[in-house]
Order: sequence, then C-alpha cells, then structure tokens
Amino acid sequence: MSMELFRVEPDEKTILYVKDLKTWFPLRRSLSEILTGKPRKYVRAVDGISFKIQEGDVFGLAGESGCGKTTTGKTILRLVDPTAGVIGYRPRKQLLEQWRRMGYVPASIDKYGSIDIAKIPSKYLKPMRREMQMIFQDPYGSLNPRFTIYKILEEPLIIHKIGKTKKERYELVAKALEDVKLTPPEDFMFRYPHMLSGGQRQRVGIARALMLNPRFIVADEPVSMLDVSIRAEILELMMELKREYNLTYIFITHDLAVSRYITNKIAIMYLGKIVEMGNTRTVLENPLHPYTHALIKAIPDPDPSNRLRIREVPIKGEVPSAIFIPPGCRFHPRCVTLDEHPELKQYCTRREPPLIEVEKDHYVACWLYAKK
Amino acid sequence: MSEVLLDVRGLKTYFYTTKGIVKAVDNISFKLNKGEVLGIAGESGCGKSTTAYSIIRLVPPPGRIAGGEIYFEGRDILKLSPEAFRKSIRWKKISMVFQGAMNALNPVFTVGDQIAEVIMLHKGLTKREAYAIVYKMLQMVGIDPRRAHSYPHELSGGMKQRVMIAMALTLNPPLVIADEPTTALDVVVQAQIMNLLKRLQREHKTSIILITHDLSLIAEIADKVAIMYAGKIVEFGTSEHVYLNPMHPYTRGLLASIPRLHGDIKKLEWIPGVPPDLIKPPPGCRFHPRCKEKFEPCDKEEPPMVEVEPGHYVACWLYAKR
Repeated sequence: MSMELFRVEPDEKTILYVKDLKTWFPLRRSLSEILTGKPRKYVRAVDGISFKIQEGDVFGLAGESGCGKTTTGKTILRLVDPTAGVIGYRPRKQLLEQWRRMGYVPASIDKYGSIDIAKIPSKYLKPMRREMQMIFQDPYGSLNPRFTIYKILEEPLIIHKIGKTKKERYELVAKALEDVKLTPPEDFMFRYPHMLSGGQRQRVGIARALMLNPRFIVADEPVSMLDVSIRAEILELMMELKREYNLTYIFITHDLAVSRYITNKIAIMYLGKIVEMGNTRTVLENPLHPYTHALIKAIPDPDPSNRLRIREVPIKGEVPSAIFIPPGCRFHPRCVTLDEHPELKQYCTRREPPLIEVEKDHYVACWLYAKK
Repeated sequence: MSEVLLDVRGLKTYFYTTKGIVKAVDNISFKLNKGEVLGIAGESGCGKSTTAYSIIRLVPPPGRIAGGEIYFEGRDILKLSPEAFRKSIRWKKISMVFQGAMNALNPVFTVGDQIAEVIMLHKGLTKREAYAIVYKMLQMVGIDPRRAHSYPHELSGGMKQRVMIAMALTLNPPLVIADEPTTALDVVVQAQIMNLLKRLQREHKTSIILITHDLSLIAEIADKVAIMYAGKIVEFGTSEHVYLNPMHPYTRGLLASIPRLHGDIKKLEWIPGVPPDLIKPPPGCRFHPRCKEKFEPCDKEEPPMVEVEPGHYVACWLYAKR
C-alpha cells in the first residue's frame, strides 16, 4: 500500500481536472440574524473535490440525491459559478482563436495547454459552449414543447452562427438525427416533443448536445427516467457516438449497476465530498469505503430467492443537511464500521479523512485506511 | 389449497378519448391468494397502473371499466354502488400506496391529521382516539411518533413514503396495492422501504400487489409475477418460473436488459422499437412487431394463454398448439 495522498497532476492526456472545487449556495438570513450579526449560512453542495479526466474517459459521478453530483457537473460547465477551486480544461485551438478575436486572453495556460475556466468572465463563456455540452436527465422537461424537433436542433446552430444558409442547417440537423438513429430524419423533424416516446426524446436531447460538435459532454442521469428495457439502447448509442466523435463524458448517475456498464472510472460522492474513486471495476468489486459498501448492498438484483430474506444495508439514519455538515468525517454519524472500531472514534468525529491511494489508482477517504 | 383473495376475470378498462378508445387494460385475468405478494411488471403505458386503479375503482375519467369481474373475498366488487364500495371496500379491505409520495400527501395538513382522517371516517373515532392509533402506526413504519405533528415538507422522501405506507395499513386491510412505491427514492432508502414492506407483509399476512417497471424490485418480495405488455398479461407464474425459466420473448428481453452488479459484463440487451399505440394495437400478438422470434401465425391471430407447467402461463405462439 502506497498511502499516497491524492493530488491532481494533469498530464498531456488530461482534458479536464478540478482541484478543491467548492460550490456553496448562500442562504437568506432573517432580519434578526442580520441585526445580531450572525454569519451567513451556506448549503455546501460541493465541498472541496478534486479529480482529473483523461481524453476518452467515461468518468462516473455517483451517489445519492443531494450528494452534489449534479452541482459538480453544472459547475464544470459554468452553469453554476464555483465558490472556490480550479477547473482546468484544455481547449481546442479554435476556441483560443475565437477568444482572441473577442479580445480575451486566458490569464494563464499551463504547459499542457489547460486554462482555468473557473476564472473566465461570463461574457466569454459562449464560445466555450461549442466544446462542452450537457445531456439532461428529464427528456420530458428539457425539450421546449412549442418547438418542433427541427427548431430545437437548429437553434444552437443559429446562436453560434454555424451553417450560413437554411439548406446547410437543414442538412446538419438531418445528419444529427441520423446519428442518433431517428431515421428517416424527415419523419421526425417536424414533430413536436409530445409526439415522441421517452427514448426518442432522449435521443433528441443527445442530438442537441452534439449539434455544435463538442468534445466534452456532461450527461446528467441520461437514462434514469427511461424504461429499463430501452436504457441499454441509449447507453449503447452514447458509446457509439463517443467512438465516432472522440467524446469524453462525465456520466452522473445514482445507479451503480448502470455505471458498471458505461464508465471506466468512478467517483463516489457523499455530502459534497468524494469518498472513493478509482477504476469502476476495482471500486465496485472491491469497495473500501463503508458508504460505497452500503450503496452496493442496497442494489436489488433479479434473483427470486431474495424475497425470502431481509436485505441488510450497513448504514444508519438519513443523509444530514448540507448546511450543517457533521464535523470530522461527514459520514461518521451513519457509519456502521465506526461502531465496530471504537478506537477510531477520536479521528472520525474530529478530523476530516484525507483522500489517499490505497492501491494503484484506487483512492478512499476513510480513517480505516489513512495514517493517523 | 390456500384461499383465493382476489380473482380478476376478463378485466377491461378503456379510456374513451376524442381520438378513439384506448384499450389500456384489455381482457386480463389473474388470481391472488391470501397472504401472497404479486408483482406486476412492464414498460410504461402497459396498463399496470390502470389495473391497480381498476381494482380500487379509482380509474380517472375518461377511463371506465368496460367489462369483466373482480371477485374480492368471493363477491364481485364491480357490482357494488360507488357509495357501498367506498364504505365497505376502499381502504378497509383494499388500500393503496400511491406513486410519488412527494405529491400524494396534502401539504397543508400535518401527516398525523392525514392518517387520523382515515381512522375517524372509517371507525368513527374522535380525533384524540385516532391519534393514539396514528402514533402506533408511525412507530410501526419506523418514524418517531412525534413526527405526527410535522407537515409533509418537513419530512424526507423516504419518511413521506413511510407515512404513505402507514396510511395504507391503518385499517389493516387484507390487500394493499403498492404502485411504484420506491421510484424517485435513493437505493438505500429503497432497500429500507422494501424491507419494511416485507416485514409488515409477514407480520400482518397482508397480500400485496406491487406494481413497478423494475423487475429486480419485484424479485425482492413477490411470490408471483405477472408480466404485462400493451394491456395484456403475457406471462404469469411464480417468481421462480418467471425469473429462472422465462418463456415469453418479452420477459426474456426485459430480464436481459437489466444491468447487473455482479458477474460478467455482457453486452446489455434491449427490446428494439416502442410499445404500440393502444388505440390501434397491432393485429395478432401485440408484441410481434418487436419480437425476435416471430413467425407465421404471430401477426394473424392472438395467442391464447397456455399453461406450460403447473402454475406457469404464457401467451405466445411458440408454446401454443394451433
């Protein structure tokens, strides 16, 4: 065991990394709180996380609702502004060129060509959208019901001034629909979202993300609202498009079984922190953190003998609020392992465990493994 | 022989829309014994929720039960007047845990008041007497009884779902219908809710109909499984039959599409195509346009339900004699 502290070290293959990223949402103070000078409280949705994503990765962010996985994805795209930390991204040449034309020069570019997109003023974010896109969770709510599929897909082209003539844009839209296997495209272009099934709508969502020819996509639970019987089809499509267009994905999910099929690396989040990270197979086959353990134990599998026994999930209580985060290890009030190791109590309840490398590329933040 | 609690015969529930008649449930029959758990699975729009709403007679308009009989404890509950059904069957004998506990509770009343209302209406007790039962029920589902005075927004999703379960069990009915009781809940909470249902089912010998699209969840609790497709039951049998020896190509497709946490990573299968429009379902077997194994009779004649082994029924031409 190397017991090395996890440090983000971007290299020439790194497309995106985050370092000590924090996204806090301020709460409104009541009048009496303002008058008595009480400090402002924050929802610490993302509370200091670091990871790096290599080109071609499908990086899974997993955890229960409220763990900060979606906020992380949105922060990386600057849909939400980070409170602190670095978001390193290696842009294409044409993006740098475009910024130069707009009169913006990134403050610093490291030796691998990464810039800190947390620092980009918001008026210069628009050209960045061509490279970084998002697929949303809800295929019912994320498509404008008053737009035809054609209009939904044409809009990004108009905004980014791609395709000079109407004909050119029509061809790009048709191509995108073919890419997501909504064929023949003429059949789908002039329908409205409500005329499509959930799976077809999610394909439109994927096509929309691909319209601008991005290289990095945040997919926020893209299959969780779909029937199990068609999830595999959408996942397969995403993998096919990834190969064809050299995409890199962040795949946000609460379903570890799904992540096993699509991600190659995974980070398990709990209350705004990464508690375990590594290659997906290693993490799921040899989970080290008590929380990862509990998550895996909780997943039902289609075995009829399960009905004869009670499913033991080694976890206590409920997720605490992200405003009042427990001191020390934030998982300690729910940790069953702590009950078995009372000698660790002095660490777990007082000091935050560091994220350390326990075996090659397998990191965990738990006092069970860390040097005290 | 165990006692038959519910016997659904040829149930048809249609929605009379301006575009035509949607045959959401089209001639389904099944039996449920006392103390048994039946899981009904299928894709969205297959009629599984409509089946549940038909049994408790809450089919929303323009839907109507168009035919068939539902025998509950030996009498046809579709023959009762709405008033008689409300007084003697709904909640007293058959209760329901609704989909999406988040929205099923009334936000302007405390959860205690909402459970107490059930008791006061059906048992004619005073509020004070009812509250004694409320505290007991909350304790039973693992909620601190003091929470009775909380409003729904003060509770987490899992706790709201427990309140819904407490409400469904208040009158100790012989049959509880749970319609997607854990969708929108996290896996840990889902496992806790399933354990709770399992425990209560054993303690009270309640029969449960569990409706979900998630076959893994049904395996957690169900003794019998019905697979529905486009308003029809295509396969019915014990859990062992359906999970270990699935016969219908649709059931096989559903099982192969479940991502698993253990074992080899095989390529996930899926069922191509989309479920049919129930206004104009395809002729013959409704699954034939998506079926890998379709052959000559499938698009002509509807396959009959055949018993392939004792207690295991399949509606597919692969097994039916012509």
